[in-house]
Amino acid sequence: MSDTPVVSAGARPKSSMPWPLMVGGLLVGLHLVIALLSLVWTPYAVGDMVGGRLEGPSFVHWAGTDRLGRDLMTQIMIGSRIALVVGCGAVALGALIGVTIGVLAAFATRTLDDVLAAALDILIAFPTLLLAMLIVASSDGASLWTAILAIGIAGSAIVARLTRILAKRILSMDYITAARISGTASPGIVRIHVLPNIWPTLIVNFALQFGLAVIAEASLSYLGLGAPPPNASWGRLLQEAQASVYTAPFGAIAPGLALVSLVIGLNLFADGLREAADPTRRRSR
Amino acid sequence: MSTLLSVEDLQIRTAARPLVSGISFSIAAGERVGLIGESGSGKSLTALAVLGLLPDTMRVTGSITLDGHPVIGARDRDLVPLRGRSVAAVFQEPMTALDPLMRIGDQVAEVVRRRALRDGTKPGRAEIASRVLALLERVALPEPARIARAFPHEISGGQRQRGAIAMALACRPKLLIADEPTTALDVTTQAEILKLLETVVRDEGMGLLFISHDLPVVATVAERALVMRHGALIEEGPVGTLFGRPSHPYTEGLVAAARAFDAALEFAP
Repeated sequence: MSDTPVVSAGARPKSSMPWPLMVGGLLVGLHLVIALLSLVWTPYAVGDMVGGRLEGPSFVHWAGTDRLGRDLMTQIMIGSRIALVVGCGAVALGALIGVTIGVLAAFATRTLDDVLAAALDILIAFPTLLLAMLIVASSDGASLWTAILAIGIAGSAIVARLTRILAKRILSMDYITAARISGTASPGIVRIHVLPNIWPTLIVNFALQFGLAVIAEASLSYLGLGAPPPNASWGRLLQEAQASVYTAPFGAIAPGLALVSLVIGLNLFADGLREAADPTRRRSR
Repeated sequence: MSTLLSVEDLQIRTAARPLVSGISFSIAAGERVGLIGESGSGKSLTALAVLGLLPDTMRVTGSITLDGHPVIGARDRDLVPLRGRSVAAVFQEPMTALDPLMRIGDQVAEVVRRRALRDGTKPGRAEIASRVLALLERVALPEPARIARAFPHEISGGQRQRGAIAMALACRPKLLIADEPTTALDVTTQAEILKLLETVVRDEGMGLLFISHDLPVVATVAERALVMRHGALIEEGPVGTLFGRPSHPYTEGLVAAARAFDAALEFAP
């Protein structure tokens, strides 16, 4: 019965891409390319001590070396991969849980809705780091998966709350009542009307959440709750560089730049998406 | 004629206060009935109750039988097949009555497809498309092929309302509920939509429950009218009798007001 595409929200004017979308896309794309590249090629092998300790940037070591003489560029490239994997995983998990709970809450009876809303508020107030510690403590040690799980669950509360509000607004529209009257059951209403209508806003939120997830991953690794070595995470690079930040500041600056460029890229991308998805923009031409 | 809708002693109340009390009426197959009342008199609530779509914070008692099926007390799941096949609705605000992200044609097609599934057939894409175009033509939309591809914000309010009527027709219901369908439109468009509603309802032999606060509008469309005030039914009868010789002071007031308004318009420079 769903053999015909019913929603045609696509078809945006390609001629005038908002600049944040372009710049953000370029930054994120750059990180993506580097992350993919790191799978097949890095300047040096990850754990190899290939230079002097705490060297500055040079032609041999583009981003310098760390306190054990390992190449920083190599580690930052792998850090890109970790950041993107954890970010993607966390946002996907958060979206899956969040959208499901949000839509259910929007459909739920008043009492259940109140309970869910209160639970979400508590979960949102609960610090991500504390949640991550709980998850790490209750599993056998920190790993990529615990980081994804912790950040994903924390993010899902925000997605759920947003979904619930957006879905409730859509559900109060006359066309939902009309659809119900014409005999559409609730799953059909969600598939045909609710999801397509809240999707543009959710996508923008996912892009923002991605940026937050990258920062959260760096924070977890900084505290030693992220992916353990030999996974080189930016957070761990920052933490290792901290001891020598006054004598060799570039050890902190380089992973910091990587982190900032990706997060700014993601935020710009989200801004651009919001602009591109704005229906009033489409209407004006 | 058989009874299509029968409402007996309908009561709707929130925890705090009663909203509708002791309403009873019935609509025969193919009959056009107007429901008149000022805003807040419980007209729309009554309509929602007939559709089984009242918010679950409201308590409903009494009995509603739609096309032989009880509505009050039925589970939502049992009402789903009843809706669309027995009843369809057109609403006041044409802007919110259509999904802003779906093309008009797709919205009508969705209803056509669902209705066909109910009947146990599964028409192909071309078949559905031609039925959609036929429906858009039926509601007198200009350039149906273009409108079918348009998004709701790309067409006018009157055209949106025609689109909504096309969706209701696609259900091929036995009863059409029109809740202030012309209130948000300008006077010329209003007259056209009323004429359209009357024609399609008459041609398809549908029953019509036309809800409005506008006396002359109801007089144009309906054969019989019910007058509601403060959640109670205060008078009912054939439109001619009701407006010619109203028995309840409130109806009398309404009719007098409508006459005075007409008179004022005539004497206006």
